[in-house]
Amino acid sequence: MEKLRYERPVIKKLETGMPNKFGLRTEYYPKTQIDGVSIKELIKEHGSPLFVISENTIRSTYQQAKRAFTTRYPKVQFAWSYKTNYLNAVCNVYHQEGSWAEVVSGFEYDKAIANGVNGKKIIFNGPDKSRNDLTKAIKNDSILHIDHLDELYTIIELADELNKKPRVAIRVNMDTGIYPMWDRFGFNYENGQAWDALNKIMRSGKMDLVGLHTHIGTFMLSPNAYSIATSKLVDLALGLQQKYNHEIHYLDLGGGFCSRNTLKGAYLPGDDTNPTFDDYAEAITTVLINSSFPQEKMPTLILETGRALIDDAGYLITSVIANKRLSGGKRATIIDAGVNIMFTSFWYEHKITPAQNFTHYSEDTVLYGPLCMNIDVIRESISLPLLNKGDQMVIHSVGAYNMTQWMQFITLRPKIVLIDMDERVHVIRDKETIEDIENQESTPDYLKKFNL
Amino acid sequence: MKINKNIAISDNGFVFNPNTGESFSVNQLGVDIINQLKNDETLDKITEEIITKYSVDEATAEKDLSDFIGLLQHHSLIESNEKK
Repeated sequence: MEKLRYERPVIKKLETGMPNKFGLRTEYYPKTQIDGVSIKELIKEHGSPLFVISENTIRSTYQQAKRAFTTRYPKVQFAWSYKTNYLNAVCNVYHQEGSWAEVVSGFEYDKAIANGVNGKKIIFNGPDKSRNDLTKAIKNDSILHIDHLDELYTIIELADELNKKPRVAIRVNMDTGIYPMWDRFGFNYENGQAWDALNKIMRSGKMDLVGLHTHIGTFMLSPNAYSIATSKLVDLALGLQQKYNHEIHYLDLGGGFCSRNTLKGAYLPGDDTNPTFDDYAEAITTVLINSSFPQEKMPTLILETGRALIDDAGYLITSVIANKRLSGGKRATIIDAGVNIMFTSFWYEHKITPAQNFTHYSEDTVLYGPLCMNIDVIRESISLPLLNKGDQMVIHSVGAYNMTQWMQFITLRPKIVLIDMDERVHVIRDKETIEDIENQESTPDYLKKFNL
Repeated sequence: MKINKNIAISDNGFVFNPNTGESFSVNQLGVDIINQLKNDETLDKITEEIITKYSVDEATAEKDLSDFIGLLQHHSLIESNEKK
């Protein structure tokens, strides 16, 4: 006789009308496959934990975002935000879709060049561009988004040295009615810093001022903030036209669009409440269309959205290491993926689905990672079906930042696979080995021996 | 280890404690265990039954059973040993 599938015994007190912090059970179906590839097979072949990226989701999300903007405004250009996920395979999917590259360091700049991106289609942001980085970017005719005056003066020097006219924009920070206001990057709009920098650029005559850039914040829940930001950039652009008869080619509204994830502390799921690409597009393009730019001289709208484009395309498959009960009676489940590879679990209540069939019984659970560190909590409270040791679960929407901000800490970082449009699986980053880590180290001879 | 005599349990896992007025929901294995406890089966015997019927190793079955008994005690569904 075939044995029945085991589900641990559980008893749950029935309470009506009592709100609780665990929320309602939302997962009714197991996630047994990603883009047609079985999760059990993936784990068998590649081990656990495992990051999985869906090329299909990347492309369809990109096209959705592009459609939202291009149906409202004629000139739109996306630039892939490398820091969000700079795996070469991922970047190249965006480049195939037509995205330029948006980089914030010499390291990312070199990655974009090595990926084959034309230097003219690289936007170089960030406060830390070394003299070497700037020289390289100027030679390649990349666009420099100036962050501070020290950088501005270095670029003036380099323009003389290299006898080139670098293509530049300034980053503008501003009050858009949201808190916190990001004023650490770029030049402030309200106090006149931005105009001061623009005047210096125009009067130096050494640079080609091609655009204006802002990036107002991250995970922006209010599309209206983008309307305000757009109108302030439009005001600067029209002012330059009036004062210097200088035409700005593009306005870069940066990124900061929300993905579908639910922020910690949010009462309702992000899926229901976060603004969509259409909401952001409507907020930005309405201001542009209604501005006083002559019809034939409308600037290109550049967008550097990262998170909203890649988050949903990333999954993390993880396995249950153990179940235990805490002193207060609460169930705890330990999984093999910790906060060192799931940085975003500090920000989000990630959606988590078991990868095998389950019954309708569930338990309020705290989900711990495998690290011997108290902070290693993936979900503080989640209503989960009854999982056994060795069962798998899928953490959704982990495509942004986790694969760039992850740390090698206590454990080694896992493999990343990409499922292509034809459901084929490609390893796009192998798992780390102890050699990878130790190769960077050296032990002085006198420390090589000891007696215990 | 005795389950309180006046606890009502239905086949599909609805448990009612008339002493406190509290209701509980129990899954199938939980129902089986409570019924066996009512029949005064020992924990070893119950573990054996679970291993025969379900695809589970002994260690897991024993651990989960002990955890379940702990929950029954927590909800005052088992007469405490002191009482006896």
